[in-house]
Amino acid sequence: MDELDDLYQDIILSHNKRPRNSGHLDPCSHKADGFNPLCGDKLTVFLRKPGESIEEVTCQTEGCAISRASGSIMTTMVKGKTEKEVEEIITGIKELLSGEEEPEVDLAKQGDLASLVGVRKFPARVKCATLAWHALESALHGDATTTTE
Amino acid sequence: MLRKPSHYMESQEQKPDPRSDFPILRREVKGKPLVYLDNAATTQKPQVVIDRVSDFLANENANIHRGVHYLSMEATDAYDRARAKAAGFLNAATDREIVFTRGTTEAINLVARSFGAPRISSGDEILISAMEHHANIVPWQMIAKECGAQLVVAPVTDAGEIDLEAYGKLLGTRTKIVALSHVSNVLGTINPAQQMVAMAKEHGIPVLLDGAQAVPHIRVDVRELNCDFYTFSSHKLFGPDGVGILYGREELLAAMPPYQGGGDMIEQVSFENTTFRAPPERFEAGTPNISGAIGLGAAIDYMDKIGREAMHAREAQLLAHATGKLGEIPGLTIRGTAPEKVAVISFTLESAHPHDIGTILDSAGIAIRAGHHCAQPLMQRLGVPATARASFAFYNTTKEIDRLADTLLEVNRMFDA
Ligand SMILES: Cc1ncc(COP(=O)(O)O)c(C=O)c1O
Repeated sequence: MDELDDLYQDIILSHNKRPRNSGHLDPCSHKADGFNPLCGDKLTVFLRKPGESIEEVTCQTEGCAISRASGSIMTTMVKGKTEKEVEEIITGIKELLSGEEEPEVDLAKQGDLASLVGVRKFPARVKCATLAWHALESALHGDATTTTE
Repeated sequence: MLRKPSHYMESQEQKPDPRSDFPILRREVKGKPLVYLDNAATTQKPQVVIDRVSDFLANENANIHRGVHYLSMEATDAYDRARAKAAGFLNAATDREIVFTRGTTEAINLVARSFGAPRISSGDEILISAMEHHANIVPWQMIAKECGAQLVVAPVTDAGEIDLEAYGKLLGTRTKIVALSHVSNVLGTINPAQQMVAMAKEHGIPVLLDGAQAVPHIRVDVRELNCDFYTFSSHKLFGPDGVGILYGREELLAAMPPYQGGGDMIEQVSFENTTFRAPPERFEAGTPNISGAIGLGAAIDYMDKIGREAMHAREAQLLAHATGKLGEIPGLTIRGTAPEKVAVISFTLESAHPHDIGTILDSAGIAIRAGHHCAQPLMQRLGVPATARASFAFYNTTKEIDRLADTLLEVNRMFDA
């Protein structure tokens, strides 16, 4: 079950068990829901962004281990970042999870994010890993919801 | 339900293993022998059905009802014989009560549109239950919105049974039709359909039964049930996909307007007016799924050959074994514990989400379904976002169930529960 071990790495399992920055953010300036109609994964990304930078971020997820871990990792990566920096991170994520080319994984540079790369071998699960990031994008752009369809 | 299927075991010793009738069951998935436990989504096809369909395409293919030539008449005969087999399978009074559709979904839409809409008006009610598949919710909701009617929902108990007392109270003068699943695709519950139809009939209300999950598992007799409409899909009954059956009481079908217009369903067409054929052809516009219908006929013959009693007894044995095995797994909750149920088990684990369970089982070559099973309102009622569902057919084995249980223990270990 090697591929499975790549998917459910300890880092993923730990984020799944204890998601960082979970729950609601009140007050918040930006907010968007993410929904995967196929499996019913549901999450909400809350942002407090008074200026250019994200001051606070939370992700409330009701879903599988991959979507919970991805949301949790997302919050730890974008907190304190400017909108432009976040856009770059999102582009990198899409490349990492579903890009054509096998990505170079650099644990030191990418940190916990690198642990998500295991979904590449599970096409049915890529959407679980990208859901929080799509919702983050929607929140920044002022859209209320996003679905993976 | 859980009686000992002793006669099956005896007959199995003499007969060859029915598993060998299903070529796909010899497949490996991810380097392991396939364990196919997603039979409620679709069943696998025996070689005789595959051969019948391919033989039709190879040697008998022609359009029906259209040609004076030999092949066309032969194809028409084969198609009509399939209809007769479906009529016999449901114990319909005549073949004219059997309409070929694309499947259960189209059959329900047909009834909602051609039977429901004309007789439903503002303030009327359509009664369904909280355990319906989206196919038996959405068509009625669409009609209700158009007609200004109300969709009324009979509640489901914690064990996963329709609350009969509440159901009885919801039947009234405003109820124009009752549409219920005979067997739940999520909970496996066998609803007391005969009794529920009788209760509706006391108020003169017509009843449609969605039999998609019933026909593979229990004997169905539409005259005994006394329902007005009954629907099922061939692909859940060891037959090909893209074809299904609508049973409708002859006098009701005769009074209904067509569902779709086109070829085959007309008597005479001019630009001023068209007259329609009698049922069932009135409801079969265009070239139907001829090979599919003939394949369904072969599937019904196959079930008769295996023996439906033997199949049901085998499934009862599998259900009992699986219920026991899964019950031993820490943190596992079975969703749907009605005493009358078919071999379908929905469950959740404390340790892992159904989607994760599905992926891990898949890696072990075990196919189950994870998700909302096209029953989102029922998920809400159960208070879960999704469930994992193992659904069995007579060709499954207790050994396969043991593999399922072992792998679920593996899931628990992985998510260190
Ligand atoms: C209870 C029930 N009703 C309706 C359907 C719809 O059947 P089909 O998709 O074959 O039209 C299904 C199958 O998923 C079902 O389980």
